Amino acid sequence: MMALPKVKHDATEARLEGLFLPEGVGWTAAARQDALARLRAQGVPHRRDEYWRFTDPARLTAAAPRPAAPMDLSDEAVLHDEIDRLKIVFRDGVFDAGASDDLAVEGCEIVRLAEAQKTDLHWARDIYGALEAQGQTPVDRPLAALNTAFAQDGVLIRVTGRVPRPVEIVYRHEDDTSDPILHHVVRIEPGAELTLLETGTAGARFNTALEVDIADDGRFHHLRDQGRNHLRQAATHSFARLGARSVFKSFTLTLNGALTRNENVIAFTGNDAQAHVAGAAIGDGREDPFHHDDTVFITHDAVNCESRQVFKKVLKNGAVGVFQGKILVKKGAQKTDGYQISQSLLLDDDSQFLAKPELEIYADDVACSHGSTTGAIDEEALFYLRSRGVPEPRAQDLLVLAFLAEALLEIEDDTIAEGLRQRIEDWLDRRAG
Amino acid sequence: MTDQIALQDKVKDGVEKETVDAVAALGTYKHGWNTEIEMDFAPKGLNEDIVRLISERNEEPEWMLEWRLEAFRRWQKLDEPDWSMLKYAPVDYQEQYYYAKPASMKEKPKSLDDVDPKLLETYAKLGIPLKEQLILAGVEGADAAPADARDLDGEPATGERRVAVDAVFDSVSVGTTFKKELAAAGVIFCSISDAIRDHPELVRKYLGSVVPVQDNYFATLNSAVFSDGSFVYVPKGVRCPMELSTYFRINAENTGQFERTLIICDDSAYVSYLEGCTAPMRDTNQLHAAVVEIVALDDAEVKYSTVQNWYPGDENGKGGIYNFVTKRADCRGARSKVSWTQVETGSALTWKYPSCILRGDDSQGEFYSIAITNNWQQADTGTKMIHLGKNTRSRIVSKGISAGHAQNTYRGLVSMHPKATNSRNYTQCDSLLIGGECGAHTVPYIEVKNNSSRVEHEATTSKVDDDQMFYCQQRGMDEEEAVALIVNGFCREVLQALPMEFAMEAQQLVAISLEGSVG
Repeated sequence: MMALPKVKHDATEARLEGLFLPEGVGWTAAARQDALARLRAQGVPHRRDEYWRFTDPARLTAAAPRPAAPMDLSDEAVLHDEIDRLKIVFRDGVFDAGASDDLAVEGCEIVRLAEAQKTDLHWARDIYGALEAQGQTPVDRPLAALNTAFAQDGVLIRVTGRVPRPVEIVYRHEDDTSDPILHHVVRIEPGAELTLLETGTAGARFNTALEVDIADDGRFHHLRDQGRNHLRQAATHSFARLGARSVFKSFTLTLNGALTRNENVIAFTGNDAQAHVAGAAIGDGREDPFHHDDTVFITHDAVNCESRQVFKKVLKNGAVGVFQGKILVKKGAQKTDGYQISQSLLLDDDSQFLAKPELEIYADDVACSHGSTTGAIDEEALFYLRSRGVPEPRAQDLLVLAFLAEALLEIEDDTIAEGLRQRIEDWLDRRAG
Repeated sequence: MTDQIALQDKVKDGVEKETVDAVAALGTYKHGWNTEIEMDFAPKGLNEDIVRLISERNEEPEWMLEWRLEAFRRWQKLDEPDWSMLKYAPVDYQEQYYYAKPASMKEKPKSLDDVDPKLLETYAKLGIPLKEQLILAGVEGADAAPADARDLDGEPATGERRVAVDAVFDSVSVGTTFKKELAAAGVIFCSISDAIRDHPELVRKYLGSVVPVQDNYFATLNSAVFSDGSFVYVPKGVRCPMELSTYFRINAENTGQFERTLIICDDSAYVSYLEGCTAPMRDTNQLHAAVVEIVALDDAEVKYSTVQNWYPGDENGKGGIYNFVTKRADCRGARSKVSWTQVETGSALTWKYPSCILRGDDSQGEFYSIAITNNWQQADTGTKMIHLGKNTRSRIVSKGISAGHAQNTYRGLVSMHPKATNSRNYTQCDSLLIGGECGAHTVPYIEVKNNSSRVEHEATTSKVDDDQMFYCQQRGMDEEEAVALIVNGFCREVLQALPMEFAMEAQQLVAISLEGSVG
């Protein structure tokens, strides 16, 4: 192993200064130590790293977060309120028992990481940090290693049947300088199914990791709304391992956020499985900066699997949108169907879209494609709507909604899709008002 | 030669012998022979003395030597890039010859009788018509020969080819044809070594202005040790009366070829430029690191076409050329246009990104590419379109075909700067895989920094369609013919962008390159 360049070494040690491996963490101790060793070997990311060429990670690697004032969300309707769901609430990364539901739901077993790591022979010990470690090749993800090493809490969910109610992890951000690190693990047993919702901003700066291990015929739906806090800085990671005939579907909505890096790492290990990852992001940099980065890495190592990536971004007033997507088809992963689309709508001349949609293919009987487009709003469509009496701001909003619709279509549940669509409308209205 | 045995077996089924022979003839690299010719080598290895020696042999002025030495000093501080998807054993830069010149070229031959017949033969074998052959062999005055010149066998020369050729044999340019006719039009077409001597003001002004000395590892190496290459200047308002062409031949063993091409197209001028390359079959890898710079001023148009057919190595991946090339065009003037078309079938390694800097308002850049890799070949190729001016347009069409154990990567950048308003890019990258042991990769970078521009990128990867194969085969084609036909169809958009005679050659090359990839 080559020694780290001094800049990286120093930055890494500076980041680690205030962090201590937690004590009394039972079976996670070994995984945490391994992760720390990984982090030390890789060093924290630097903007000169190829994987960070479009996003400067400085704020994510600084010893302390830049303060971010919490938002008064009292004027905002509670998301998913019309759905019967089980809520687990974290305030700046700290579990809030009072606001949370009883962690009991039919078809699954839920326990918090802080509790579970004390019990021996826990099912999650084979997964915690393991999927993250696998996701470190061929690209380093030091912030994910940091997460595994220092996670303060999280939720472990083992799904054995078809869970009737979605499980929602609710994040609240109340402290200007909170810097939580949360790590969740989901195991979907054969034929089981779960819908996991994540809503809100977890802190001034936060680092989350979600490891999802789906057994054969399992199904997992993941719907996330990252909240609309302006100055927050976020690094999120999702690592999924898919068994035969399993289904993984994930959608993320991002409104605002000074810096967001969402990494999705998906590996097909069983045949005939399906993974869809989608995202819609809108940012207006008028008052506070907006920088949003979707980084996806899908590895096809099984036969006849299908992957779809659909990412849409609407950018205004110096907002920056980034997409780095990769489909890797390994030798022998025949009959792969890989699709990837990244599109952005630039509402003015100050905004930027930076993309690197990659294909790396070592099997011949595959159909893989990617597309990427960037441009302004269609003047003709705008003119058409205005000629029909729609005022210009509303016409523009309609076209924005239509543009984002393809990503929202990836959501299977209509009620959830409608709730998220409404969020976008509210955001547009608020900006207009 | 198991393929041939297999083919012979098939004859029993009533296939004509001719067909078998024709297919078998396609099998091998056609230009893999070697000319036994006495060469004048510089000592092996690379150091300041070698740089001085090259400069001295080319009778260069002091400023050129300084330029080279500066490049060499910078090169020593650079690291070889490792970001490409090419995997190869490290190149030992001290194990190469950096200068090799046919001994017979020491003094320019005055008549046909003086020309080393081996040199003549080389060009005859490469299929270059006689009238040019006389000139290619460096015979002074041959370009004034009557149009009905006879070739060596006394046969009348067929047709009139309006292509001027500069032929580079290892490190030196052995001759440039049609010089006088071009000069009458005001076009300067000569070797770069002649240009440094005869047109220093142009060379000083433009050399290194598109690809700076310190641009990248291989370009910096080239700047230090380039031995020859072609120089073109098309003056204002001139439409170059014929196509210009450079033919690069690496012949000597363990010799690197480092040529430098500089094309300047002045206001409202036009030139079409063709480049061809071949090399003998050798067991060791040979280095080729070229730099091509194009400057297009207001309303100028340059069309640059390449058929790259360096020796690709044998079916076990032994030997072949390492091809590290920097090609860049600066569309400096308003409404200028540069079009790159490349057919890359040769080389063991290809590292090449012909690019356009669209600086002038309303300027245009095009990149059409076919990259075919078979056996153990590796190609990492693509383009950069850097939009700086307003209303600039670019189009990228890339077709990658991978067979055998080959790896084929498209790598490209489309960048729209904030001031490049109302610009447009369309990119299409298609990859075709033949067989389960090869790889096809796409690594595009897209950077859009204004909203009045439109950028579209599409890429697909697929295999040769079973239905198309079935259709062709039930019409009586064998598998190989069917693949060649389908692949030619797949490449059609790019083949159409080539000048006519290159297009024919390229079509055949597509078939030859894929020989042995099916079945």
